[in-house]
Amino acid sequence: MSSRDTILSKIRSALDGVKEKSAYPDYDASVFHSRPRLEGTPREAFDRNFIAAGGEVMPDLAALAAFLQQGGHTRGYCDPALMDSVGLALAAAGFTVETSYERSRYEDYQFGITRASGAIAESGSLILDDALTSDRLAALSPWVHVAVLRESEIHRTIPDAIAAFGPSRNILWATGPSKTADVEGILIEGVHGPGEQVAFFI
Amino acid sequence: MIDHQLIDTYAREISDEKQTSVITGSAASTDKRYTILFKDYEDPDALRKLAGKIKDHTLHHLDRYVEQAEASLQRNGVQVHFADTGDDAKATILSILQERGISKLTKSKSMAAEEIHLNPFLIENGIECLESDLGEFIIQLDDDVPSHIVRPIIHKNRREIARTFQREGIAADYNDDPATITHRARAFLRDKYMQAEAVITGGNFISAESGRLVLVTNEGNSRFGMAPSKVHIALVGIEKIVPTDRDLGLFLNLLGRSATGQQLTVYTEFITGPKDDSQPSGPEEMHVVFLNNGRTDVLESNCREILRCIRCSACQNVCPVYRQASGHAYRTTYGGPVGAVLSPLLFGDQFPELADLPKASSLCGACNEVCPVDIPIPDLLLRLRDKAKREHIHSPGAPPMSPFATLATSPSLWRTAMTMSKAMNHLPIQVAPVKPLQEWLGQRTLPEWHGGDFRKWMKNRNNS
Repeated sequence: MSSRDTILSKIRSALDGVKEKSAYPDYDASVFHSRPRLEGTPREAFDRNFIAAGGEVMPDLAALAAFLQQGGHTRGYCDPALMDSVGLALAAAGFTVETSYERSRYEDYQFGITRASGAIAESGSLILDDALTSDRLAALSPWVHVAVLRESEIHRTIPDAIAAFGPSRNILWATGPSKTADVEGILIEGVHGPGEQVAFFI
Repeated sequence: MIDHQLIDTYAREISDEKQTSVITGSAASTDKRYTILFKDYEDPDALRKLAGKIKDHTLHHLDRYVEQAEASLQRNGVQVHFADTGDDAKATILSILQERGISKLTKSKSMAAEEIHLNPFLIENGIECLESDLGEFIIQLDDDVPSHIVRPIIHKNRREIARTFQREGIAADYNDDPATITHRARAFLRDKYMQAEAVITGGNFISAESGRLVLVTNEGNSRFGMAPSKVHIALVGIEKIVPTDRDLGLFLNLLGRSATGQQLTVYTEFITGPKDDSQPSGPEEMHVVFLNNGRTDVLESNCREILRCIRCSACQNVCPVYRQASGHAYRTTYGGPVGAVLSPLLFGDQFPELADLPKASSLCGACNEVCPVDIPIPDLLLRLRDKAKREHIHSPGAPPMSPFATLATSPSLWRTAMTMSKAMNHLPIQVAPVKPLQEWLGQRTLPEWHGGDFRKWMKNRNNS
């Protein structure tokens, strides 16, 4: 008998002893909404919750340029589709902006600018969808990841975001920068992924 | 020297340094977790009860859901494997790797992989298999085992880690600043990720409806492990299935809040197959290995509720026994209250050796109070104590309870003992030649004995 059939037959024999089998409980997904987190417009709630999770929201291009400059992040990657809206302005401000990501030079990219497909207000999460992310690594290896999105793309709640899942094979919710508390419970940002997670609305 | 049960002996022999790390580590951010668990929601208790019901329903129909999940995964282009035992899982994974000539991989944290000792097996077979979760990476360098589900190195302090990094050449010098430690691991692991040909992950949930595999990490290590790899292998216990995508929202909410006091874990990834064609980074091939390894035995037992567990570690953090004894005292992959139930059942052939674990609890109930899927852990501990009794298993060092049992089952003996024991108030019982008594009284003082007063009061009350 294959492992598959063995497991299924063991499950069935184990369940023979279960007299009352629980029915699937009917519920309304709104029972798990965190009300204080949803206060205000979706944009206000997103900003508040994303910042609380360690994220940064940039109001305009000048602020983004100043933020990158301040951290000494002068060279990075920009999704070619975002050059017009973000990349060219940074290049004009003196940044080195590349439109291709080469794995062998991963250390050269101090920032990565990619498209987010949306956000979640309730949790303060950015949604990165394989279909829109030009390169997963470009959103992951640089110290600063700038996710570019529109305000109209914010989902209000987690159940809303789940209900809107598209056909993409990989969807990531990034709620702030990469972090750990493995060493003595002390919070450190930038473990494997970005130390700075930035949302930039266009 | 008196014999103690193994877990007690371990707790006594633990170094002060390690015990301090475990106590402060498990107590850390308790306030934050309590706030996010009990504030913000109209009826927080209803959420965990609902989650418990969904899990029970899934477990009670697990055959159907396993088949549904399998079909959904295959529809998404995922290759599905089944492993009845740990050895089956190891052989399956090794052959996937060998058939493709893969010799280097990274692995993100998986309790199922710990359970079957996957890592040492792959290394013995010539495969470089590097743990990428910071805590697990340090565990691997030290040839240690994790002592906590979410924070594997809760028993280590920064000085020990800094010494390890220096010893293993991760860093040229000693530096115990947690940020420096973290960023040194970041720099070391990046090259490894980029060279890896495959990635092994666990799985937090699989939706039967869509075949979505959900992985959560705070560090982003599974995301980074997957991005440059060609092959993704996920090892997933059969109890990780939930019926629908909508259920994922509830479980992710409860997992983040219970594990670390976060609304959501930072990297929450929904995977329905190999990468999209347009995407340059990500696996071209995806495998899911469903693992049984004793889970069906647990399902058959009267403790099947423990299979609801979503591995959040909340019960470990609040357990007074875990905090004193550390996870290693439980001597298996799963420590703390969940381990005291799961381990003796999951490793059924070792039940006699692990039968002391369910006894190592004061049944205070803190574990159930914080459990996001409402597992009645204290009840399950009692059922396992009963099992040990029925199977005549005597854990070495367990204090003899038969004199008490005789006393407590005979009303007349009990009545006499209650009154007679008043003599204890006038006798120096701490010098009585009864070793367990001496041991016990060595650290405690007894209050004055009032045995029998209640009966007297009841009697007089009826007379008046």
